[in-house]
Amino acid sequence: MLHALLLILGCQLAGETVARATGLPLPGPVLGMVLLLVLMAASDRVTGLVRPAAQGLLAHLSLLFVPAGVGVVGHVATLGGQSLAILAAVIGSTALAIAAGVLTFSAVARLTGNTDD
Amino acid sequence: MTDFAEIWSYLSRGPLLWLTATLAAYALGDACFRLAGRSPLVNPVLVAVAALAVLLFASGTDYGTYFEGAQFVHFLLGPATVALALPLRDNLPRMRKALLPVLAALVVGSVTACASALAIAAALGVDGQVLASLAPKSATAPVAIGISEGLGGSPTLTAVLVLLTGITGAVIATPLLNLLGQKDWRARGFAVGLVSHGIGTARAFQVHPTAGAFAGLGMALNAVATALVAPLILSLFR
Repeated sequence: MLHALLLILGCQLAGETVARATGLPLPGPVLGMVLLLVLMAASDRVTGLVRPAAQGLLAHLSLLFVPAGVGVVGHVATLGGQSLAILAAVIGSTALAIAAGVLTFSAVARLTGNTDD
Repeated sequence: MTDFAEIWSYLSRGPLLWLTATLAAYALGDACFRLAGRSPLVNPVLVAVAALAVLLFASGTDYGTYFEGAQFVHFLLGPATVALALPLRDNLPRMRKALLPVLAALVVGSVTACASALAIAAALGVDGQVLASLAPKSATAPVAIGISEGLGGSPTLTAVLVLLTGITGAVIATPLLNLLGQKDWRARGFAVGLVSHGIGTARAFQVHPTAGAFAGLGMALNAVATALVAPLILSLFR
């Protein structure tokens, strides 16, 4: 557990450092995820080591968004007088983009004979 | 009664009370989600946020005090994002195999998320700084905030819009995807993670492990794609 957490936090720290140093438009944790993926793809030992801790962190992923969500409640006023228009844009575009994404994925998968196992 | 007031003033100054309240509120949200037969309309995050907002308002607690306790939960977002490498690792061969559908859906989904939001908002009379804040809303929060700042948007407003997008996606995805008759868990998960980032990914994991893994992939790839796409599309609207 200790070494798994060390690896996960180490990857995040490396990601944050690279993001700061290079000015890449990506957050440190996303770069850390890529780094950990590379390490796990290279070594099954790393994968086995990280697995229990990673599963623990991901088991209640939704919980981790609660503090930021509470912060947002106080800022709904920042939507101002245009709040209905903005809400329409958020809800409409979310539905359209999910539909566009899933239909494109399925269509290209069918065209290239790419089925799931 | 003074005793209770003393205990309250002691507890309300430390992080323990609001950390516990955050976990309790989420446990309540999760219980509601289960009681509702795992209906996507009863989103555990939404229930927890609503319960805590009422609690903070009723007790006259400001967000700063609340966050001193809640920060321990908030901090775990970073390590949890890194941990998403595990489901990606487990699905690596399937993802390699699905490279073409993934790339096509990434381009179409990322452009649609940004362009349709700006088109709807602009048609309803929204302009200027608000449009710039809206453009990157399908990217994960730290990326979206960075892009928004670069485009002259408001970071606070973007944070609000990112969360609204995430919760909207988590709530509407299952009924919408069923309506479209989509049965491929890879496609379903990828689209949800791409459009509604971490909150959508969390929702996808509740539904199916394959959907969760592909949602994590969609979220990561769209963080990159939005950084490229949002400035281009926004320039068409000003």
